[in-house]
Amino acid sequence: MTSDRHLDGTSPVSGGGGVANRAADHVAHAIDARALTRRFGSFTAVDAITFHVNPGEVFGFLGANGAGKTTAMRMLIGLLAPSDGEAEVAGYSVATESQAIRRNIGYMSQRFSLYDDLTVRENIELFGGIYGLATSEIADRRKALLERLGLASHERDFVKALPLGWKQQLAFSVALLHRPRVVFLDEPTGGVDPITRRRFWEMIYETAAAGTAVLVTTHYLDEAEYCDRLSIMVDGRIAAMGTPDEVKRSAGVSTLDELFLRLTRPGAAA
Amino acid sequence: MTEPSVDRRVGAPRADGAVPDDGIAVEARGLTKRFGDVLALDRVSFDVRHGELFGFIGPDGAGKTTLFRLLVSLFTPDDGESRVLGLDPVNDLWQLRRRVGYMPGRFSLYPDLTVGENLAFYARVFGTTVDAQKATIEPIWRQLEPFAKRRAAALSGGMKQKLALCCALVHAPDILFLDEPTTGVDAVSRGEFWDLLGRLRAGGLTILVSTPYMDEASRCDRVALLQRGRVLRIDKPAAVSAAYPRPLLSVRGGDRLGMLAILRAHPHAASVWPFGASLHFTDDRPGASPAQIARDLTAWLARQDLPAEVEPIAASIEDAFMWDMLHAEVPA
Amino acid sequence: MTGFSAFHGFLIKEIRHILRDWQTLLILIGLPVAQVILFGYAVRSDVRGIKLAIVEPQPDAATASLRARFEGANTTFHVVGTVPSLDALESHFRDGTVRQAIVLPTEFANRLGRGEQVPVQVVTDGADPNTGGIMEADAMAVLRAWDAGRTGAAPGVRIAVETRMRFNPTLQSVNLFVPGLIAFVLTIVSALMTAITIVREKELGTMEMLLVSPLRPSQIVLGKVAPYIALGFLDVVLVLSAARFVFDVPLRGNLVLLLAESLLYIVTALAMGIVISTSAQSQRVAMMAALAGTMLPTLLISGFIFPISAMPWPLQVVSNVVPARWFIIIVRGIMIKGATFADLWRETLILAGLTTFLLTVGVRRLAVRLG
Repeated sequence: MTSDRHLDGTSPVSGGGGVANRAADHVAHAIDARALTRRFGSFTAVDAITFHVNPGEVFGFLGANGAGKTTAMRMLIGLLAPSDGEAEVAGYSVATESQAIRRNIGYMSQRFSLYDDLTVRENIELFGGIYGLATSEIADRRKALLERLGLASHERDFVKALPLGWKQQLAFSVALLHRPRVVFLDEPTGGVDPITRRRFWEMIYETAAAGTAVLVTTHYLDEAEYCDRLSIMVDGRIAAMGTPDEVKRSAGVSTLDELFLRLTRPGAAA
Repeated sequence: MTEPSVDRRVGAPRADGAVPDDGIAVEARGLTKRFGDVLALDRVSFDVRHGELFGFIGPDGAGKTTLFRLLVSLFTPDDGESRVLGLDPVNDLWQLRRRVGYMPGRFSLYPDLTVGENLAFYARVFGTTVDAQKATIEPIWRQLEPFAKRRAAALSGGMKQKLALCCALVHAPDILFLDEPTTGVDAVSRGEFWDLLGRLRAGGLTILVSTPYMDEASRCDRVALLQRGRVLRIDKPAAVSAAYPRPLLSVRGGDRLGMLAILRAHPHAASVWPFGASLHFTDDRPGASPAQIARDLTAWLARQDLPAEVEPIAASIEDAFMWDMLHAEVPA
Repeated sequence: MTGFSAFHGFLIKEIRHILRDWQTLLILIGLPVAQVILFGYAVRSDVRGIKLAIVEPQPDAATASLRARFEGANTTFHVVGTVPSLDALESHFRDGTVRQAIVLPTEFANRLGRGEQVPVQVVTDGADPNTGGIMEADAMAVLRAWDAGRTGAAPGVRIAVETRMRFNPTLQSVNLFVPGLIAFVLTIVSALMTAITIVREKELGTMEMLLVSPLRPSQIVLGKVAPYIALGFLDVVLVLSAARFVFDVPLRGNLVLLLAESLLYIVTALAMGIVISTSAQSQRVAMMAALAGTMLPTLLISGFIFPISAMPWPLQVVSNVVPARWFIIIVRGIMIKGATFADLWRETLILAGLTTFLLTVGVRRLAVRLG
């Protein structure tokens, strides 16, 4: 995407070659995974994945259902301990400092974002409190948030009464209430109308431009193009990684659809 | 439209002439449904012909599920009426339920039964057996058979959808209603699912599908675009595309984000939206020549140090949907 | 203090959730209140309105006086009549129209006048050992008071009271317990399980598919219920076997009749389950409603443990529609008293009536559509 959004002034790094840069980076990676692995009994859900996300980068985390995306994400947000390998998120180790991670990241998933039976305002106040913000801070940020989303008049509505698009935008803003350095978005735009989807992505860009690293999973391949870099997981491993253009070029295809097909159905005709 | 196959497969006109002469399988007039304060469906009207693969395209909250539930007799409308295969879902529900295949939005399978057991159950409930219907379900069953003994809970999302489709088909219905069958499934599985639907349609089966994915619209014979309970338009996908009222261009260049802001400031920009790797620029001059606009735009961008490839394109369903969302007139 | 504000915020959220879920709130507050009321009123150690018969082979002044005394104690006793011999009361004891009998000898007045020790028998229905003991003591108290207050009586007790407990001579509490236990177990299995299985279908989403099929709601209900009939039957057999062979609870009546009545009650309990499940939206609510609506009344106001006659009359009225009440009478009758169908046809009819009503309501409510 843009080369001028990396805070340290470097151009986008290609592939997974973060190791060579680390000594030289004076800005730590927002997310850094090295041979991260997770087994369930004899089944290896995540098989030694290595990647990193820079601050201010939008990273697309793609893969078919069952490829290991969800498990990998759970490890990164500190909900699941790795079986092997290491990872740091916002500078904290996922294996030993999961509490600190959860205080320093934002998270939003399609399945759960806000409490339906609380009002808009109550949700904001709740999460503000959970994130440890002072009451006055919460009030200020609440007002700013609602202004920006155009939801000021809906402050006292129950969240369940909001249309899906507004709910998702609100959930995203709430996930950012405490200005975390890294935010994880799990299929945030599923089922949302095309205009709201794009407005959502504009919010993602603004967030990234402010220096937050964004890791997002999505089933929409056009959204994958909006990412600075992306990875595609197949059977627990990362099968492709890089900027959208890079991954397409190295596979010799012109669309991400084709790439996806190649990777997930290797036997099928191209 | 493909030619009907020679051997009589599911859904083809019956010998006893039970099919109405005008060839309409489903008709709806002014269907309206409220849930408390929410108007889920607002005077929805349409026709679906026999053997058509008809798509209802729209995001969550558009009313797709409510509409399907009305048509298969699970709800009664607050206003308006409908006919499915000539039958009224409100009054003729028992006759209708025999002939309809329905796949609800959520997974409607028993997680603790195996693939084979789920299928056998739905066959029995409709008074038939899996063996008797082998021919009907054959293309799908071929993909499911290796998993016949696996519990439904242990299937991947794509496989579950195929099983659900199979269960809906197993009693050889005359019409299929599939409510968001591809939601939550990865792109490749979705493609495979639509291949299956195409084969069923080729056998003469009337199929109504709802989906939030705009790209699937192109695989339907005709589509109805739905938003917040209203029909935005109904037509063949190609016609929807052709009816896009303004010139549409695709712009590809280095800095997409920067270009977006600049293009939106263009004097004749009706709308600019990101579309994957490119931007879609809609010009606000109805009769202007797309080729000329392309040249002008390239030059205009070049003057601002933004090299780009600009070319006219045909509108996709998504482009049309977005235009309608912003410009559709409120029906009287 | 970050930690505290997070906790505080979380606490407030939990409180809001509770306050906004009125159905759960109703059960969580209503249930303890109902329990307290029921327990408070149900636990009584005095029995009232004991159906008493006087056996007077030879009516005379003394028997009349004694009878009058019992008639006068009309809070505790309800004299239903006099008969010439105890045998005439056999069937009445069995079907419960008489719970206690005072057997007077011939020449009562004369023998008393002659200063003899006159034997008076108190025969009590001991099928319910709780009430049996109390009834016996009450009757004895009246007799002693009459004896002591007789005008012109010589000092010393002249009536030798002999007590007999019918049906349950040793007042085994397990005999009390088992019939009620059968009712309780069947209620749990049937009502709870059916409630859960129907609601689970709704939650899974498969209910939608089932509805859009030729299956009628009555067929769905029947299909859901039938396996539990078999299960409940198995439970009855198991409990009965345990009672017979481990605890020596008698089975004086007809086993086939007992099993048949149990089958009827199983259907009743299942019908209760269906009515609950058609109203409940989630398994959680279904379980709580099943607890409140079936187990509690079965435990407290069906006569399982606490005698109905001791309860205030509103509870007595309510207990009439608790199916377990009638079933317990039937089971106690068959097992402990050796009652036959002729003795129990009334209770069976009531039970059958309740069952039909519940089934009709349940099937009606299982909608043909989603809404």
